Amino acid sequence: MLLKNSALRWVGLLTSGLLLVFFMCASVIFGYTETSFRTAIDAFTHYNGSNEHIIIQTVRLPRALIAAAVGASLAISGVLMQTLTKNPLASPGIFGINAGAGFTVVAAVTLFSVSSLQAFSGLAFLGAAIAAFSVYTIGSVGREGLTPMKLTLAGAAIAAMFSSFTQGLLVIDEAALEQVLFWLAGSVSGRKLETLVSVLPYLGIGWFASLIIAGKMNILSMGEDVAKGLGLKTGLVKVSVGIIVILLAGGAVSVAGPIGFVGIVIPHITRSIIGIDHRWVIPLSGILGAILLVAADISARYILMPSEVPVGVMTAIIGTPFFIYIARKGFNAR
Amino acid sequence: MSKYKNIRFFNGKLSFLLDRNATITFGVLMVVAFIVFVVSTAIGEMKINPLTVLKVFAGSGPEMETLIITSFRLPRIIIALIVGISLAVAGGILQGMIRNPLASPDVLGITGGASAAVVAFLALFSDESNALTVSINWLPLAAFLGACVVAFLVYLLAWKNGVSPIRLVLIGIGISTLMQALTTLMMIMGPIYQASQANIWITGTVYGSNWDNVGTLLPWSVVFLVIAFAAARTINIQELGDEVATGLGGKIQKQRFLLLMISTALIGGSVAFAGGIGFVGLMAPHMARRLVGSSFGALLPASALIGGILVMLADLIGRTMFSPLEIPAGVFTAGIGAPYFIYLLFKTRNA
Repeated sequence: MLLKNSALRWVGLLTSGLLLVFFMCASVIFGYTETSFRTAIDAFTHYNGSNEHIIIQTVRLPRALIAAAVGASLAISGVLMQTLTKNPLASPGIFGINAGAGFTVVAAVTLFSVSSLQAFSGLAFLGAAIAAFSVYTIGSVGREGLTPMKLTLAGAAIAAMFSSFTQGLLVIDEAALEQVLFWLAGSVSGRKLETLVSVLPYLGIGWFASLIIAGKMNILSMGEDVAKGLGLKTGLVKVSVGIIVILLAGGAVSVAGPIGFVGIVIPHITRSIIGIDHRWVIPLSGILGAILLVAADISARYILMPSEVPVGVMTAIIGTPFFIYIARKGFNAR
Repeated sequence: MSKYKNIRFFNGKLSFLLDRNATITFGVLMVVAFIVFVVSTAIGEMKINPLTVLKVFAGSGPEMETLIITSFRLPRIIIALIVGISLAVAGGILQGMIRNPLASPDVLGITGGASAAVVAFLALFSDESNALTVSINWLPLAAFLGACVVAFLVYLLAWKNGVSPIRLVLIGIGISTLMQALTTLMMIMGPIYQASQANIWITGTVYGSNWDNVGTLLPWSVVFLVIAFAAARTINIQELGDEVATGLGGKIQKQRFLLLMISTALIGGSVAFAGGIGFVGLMAPHMARRLVGSSFGALLPASALIGGILVMLADLIGRTMFSPLEIPAGVFTAGIGAPYFIYLLFKTRNA
């Protein structure tokens, strides 16, 4: 743990917040068309319809905002999932969210020749919600209700099933593979601001609710029996966490496609910085997740200039070395 | 009647306990595996009577059927069986060693390393018209090397006065994601034909297996399976946690290294010939655990059979259901495995 008392933690939170703003500015400025900070300001205060201004307003700004929102949502839902399943390897993917979203999108492309990003967005959310709902239901059968073990196993099975069906459809239909390969890797390019605006209510509710429930998560992480003994309505808390994860991760996947790594890595990195108190972990991991995705998105533009690399690929390439370093240094054992 | 039957040889110099229930379950699985084996040999483009199949096995079948069975169907089915067994055993070992129900060959990045190596192989050795410039027979070697290099890398990075399971698996996840990213990157950069070829490999298929493949894979897998079953008792101890295991006299670091080597060898061999067949390594051990309990002496053989049955069935469905279209076996391992697993989960819901 790096930050030991709450004064230091506030400083850490503020610093990372500033860092996020810095990266978002960089995301607006840098890219195939080089612009400057001044031009970026002008684009909003003295809009003159020049090429740079159009790019900044319609391409760069939505991108930066989407990357930040998606990164934050994925990281927070990762924290919630790891506590809910008591498994450090868990991520929103365990709820079947990415697999379900991938399946509906690929099925729509191969069977009904859907091709617009806007349609992908709705379909992905639908698939994510269906998968997560069935995982939750299967995980809750039996006398004890939802146990971490049953949830984990049900999730792994459902996710494997959906992703293998997706593979099957793609193996049969080569043209569809070409169309969705980029989407399946996860990307924030070419999205309009409206896409974000349409899911923002879900994400917003998710962020807000996750901050409210943070204290309860601390109690839940002590184990079912202790939590019940302390008077926590564990059933209610688990259902709420489930819904929050669906809102956050489902919203994220519908905007940006399945991005896997953020939800596992950021919670671990965050805990090694700020400890295991969820009231701190949740906001900080949100900010760090946003930073990782915005930074990955910036570098995704430069690797293969002028074409782009999916941001999902870049999060892995940037995040892994850092993650390995922290894993070697030792986390707070969980 | 006691739950266990005591078996003694040589005046008790060699003795072990046999779990009665597990033995019965194991017998049933054995019969199921045999039936699936025969049925899958019988069904195909040309339907053959299962009795004729048995005759062919005995060496006295009609010539035409014998030809079809021995030169086309048998090698493929045997490869499917071995691959299923290897992946399931490796998955079981990893889950016990890492003490995490989500551990599997994919999570440690071993399969991911093989995928990245194969995609790189296809990208490097293809000419303008997408024809390979070297023999396709090198592909299994590339996959195998990819798997081994990654396993070694993960172990090395996780080493710090010994390897703790959680560090091993977290670093595994990191490397595995990195490999996936590289795979996707290469698929997106290359021509779509290559991407689709790679995609079939990643899904996992036993299409086109021949006796040479069997000749290479069978001895390899058998050797490591025997070692795995012999090492099974050390996993039981490891599952109790590092402190207890050390206290009981287990050399945990040495054993952990050995177990990781065994799983890597098993996984490497099977991905080399069947690609990245998923689900089996993750789920077969869980199915076995719900059928025979979690002592590794019973768990490993049971999950081996379940794995073999799964892959054989998946391949059977893949090549017959949408015939003449071939669907890779990897699509159906989860397709048939997941519903059955969910049923088991439901049945044992109050356990």
